[in-house]
Amino acid sequence: MTDWIAVWLFSTPILCAAIGDVLVQRSGILNIGLEGQMLLGAFTAFAVSSATGNPWLGLLCGAGSGLLLALIVGKLVIDLLADQVVVGMAMIFLSLGVTAYLYQNQFGMIGSSVGAPVLPKLGGIDFVMAMSVLLVPAFGLLLYKTKWGLCLRACGEYPEAAESARVSVRKFRFVALAIGGILAGIAGAELSIGIAGSFSENMTQGRGYVAIAMVTFGRWKPQWVLASCLLIGWLESIQFLAQSQGWEIPFRLLLAMPYAAALLVLIIVGRGAAGPEVLGKPFRKNT
Amino acid sequence: MKQALRVGAGLVTLICVIAAVLFAFRLPISDSFSLLFQGAFGGKFGIARTLAIGGPILLTGLAVVVAWRAGLYNIGGEGQMLMGGMFAAAAYAFVPISPGLVLQITMVLAAILGGSFYAGFASWLWVSRGVPLVISTILLNFIAVHLLGWAVTGPLQEPNLQLPQTASLPDSVMFLRPDRQTDFHFGILLSAVACVAVSIWLFRTYEGFRVRVIGSNEGVARASGWNVARSQHIAMLISGGLCGLAASLNYQGITGTVDAGFSQNWGFLGIPVALVGLLNPLGTAGSALLFGALFAGSDQLSRFTPSGAAIVYVVQAVAVILFVVVKSVNDRRQLVGVSND
Repeated sequence: MTDWIAVWLFSTPILCAAIGDVLVQRSGILNIGLEGQMLLGAFTAFAVSSATGNPWLGLLCGAGSGLLLALIVGKLVIDLLADQVVVGMAMIFLSLGVTAYLYQNQFGMIGSSVGAPVLPKLGGIDFVMAMSVLLVPAFGLLLYKTKWGLCLRACGEYPEAAESARVSVRKFRFVALAIGGILAGIAGAELSIGIAGSFSENMTQGRGYVAIAMVTFGRWKPQWVLASCLLIGWLESIQFLAQSQGWEIPFRLLLAMPYAAALLVLIIVGRGAAGPEVLGKPFRKNT
Repeated sequence: MKQALRVGAGLVTLICVIAAVLFAFRLPISDSFSLLFQGAFGGKFGIARTLAIGGPILLTGLAVVVAWRAGLYNIGGEGQMLMGGMFAAAAYAFVPISPGLVLQITMVLAAILGGSFYAGFASWLWVSRGVPLVISTILLNFIAVHLLGWAVTGPLQEPNLQLPQTASLPDSVMFLRPDRQTDFHFGILLSAVACVAVSIWLFRTYEGFRVRVIGSNEGVARASGWNVARSQHIAMLISGGLCGLAASLNYQGITGTVDAGFSQNWGFLGIPVALVGLLNPLGTAGSALLFGALFAGSDQLSRFTPSGAAIVYVVQAVAVILFVVVKSVNDRRQLVGVSND
């Protein structure tokens, strides 16, 4: 029997990061550093929650740390026109090093893993789980039914046209990055103080990349991103179920399925992909 | 002369970055520096460790150089390394040759083939189906991790079926070690050979020239009637092969087994190594040596902190960001210069 609450729980960190990244990618920025934002968010939330005993304060600070990294990324890729992949990679290494160092120095000496107060759950559902799912229709409406959404999409499709319509590409991209950063920080916080109640080095284990891949798999549309994240959560929860039941299925192969499926979709859709036209390219405004 | 000045300036900057990171982490700066130096260059153990880490990251760095010079973002070094390790392990398990020099060379070639095949698949997706390399290589990294995770608990698992890893290699297929106490093995020389070969290929052959033109201005290449797709394919095959060779160096040089965590992020580390090496093969050799030394030396910092490698990650991140900022300022100055003419 599938435990749907567990599926929801496992897909939440990826969904929360991915739904924010939909806005970021739609604005034309490919932010590999999402993984770093999640990791920093996870650590900050854990550290603050364990120091103050208040998980809500931890969540807030986790979101803030994601925002901080997002603003650094924005400064480098939007204002300095730096290469987005390079900057993203730098952010990942930065968070990997900083979180590992701080964790080892503050908590590592004790030897056993340290716990932190977790977010309260109501019938198995916590705040982040509810928020992530509610953001799906909200972002759907925002992207397709508002002028703001149209302008944001224009920044990712044809920034020159957006500029000539007096839309500040710079401003829209910064706002998208900021929202994406806050949500990535919250996604990381959900991992540490929502699910695990503790932190470990490199805790995100590539979930930031997974989120980026799921945005692609979901064709940059919030509802399909939700569906692909649920698929990942389902596969992750099956793995635990199978371990407890002792089934004889090669689960590692099962875990590779979503990525293989995502790749297959990309191969089939090919150049007809409905992705943002200038994704990953810096935009130099003619002055 | 100008080149030497730039290298010198780069070195001084890097030392300042290390000092700043040590300061930010509240470590004693001069003591840490002497420990780092001891760990990296102190006696035969230190030097051997530096080279044993420097070799593989030089290869993954070169892989990044070749691909990026062709205008391709190969961030799939991890996956290509894992594939290389898996192919080499499969060659050991299934090729019916008794262990010896022939099998050793077969395994090296298998590793190169594995990395090449995996990178070639990604470039095929890009060239013929338009799938962006950044996305496809990320996905392929995950597929490789899980595939290897499956292989080392299935067909390639060690004979006792206890641990999720491959069988330990006998000495006869490992690279020769002149001194069995240290980590130095002759496989490391392959990375130096690869560095020279890549340098010659990029700067002294017609194909290398075409690749560089494609990377800096694809429009010019197309207007000249060159087959851009073919050149990009070749660059990716070489890039993946270098990652595969890096896997072989780690597998047949150090670990003797392969498991899912076997690449130790070296595939990713190739990116900062190549960037700090200014996307130039010889510069990359210098930066691989430096970062190899930093990793080797960071073990010694355990007297002050339990996590020395974390410091290296931060140093790399800061160095890359500095590089990006300097490059951006330079580009802007050039633009201004052009408009003033």
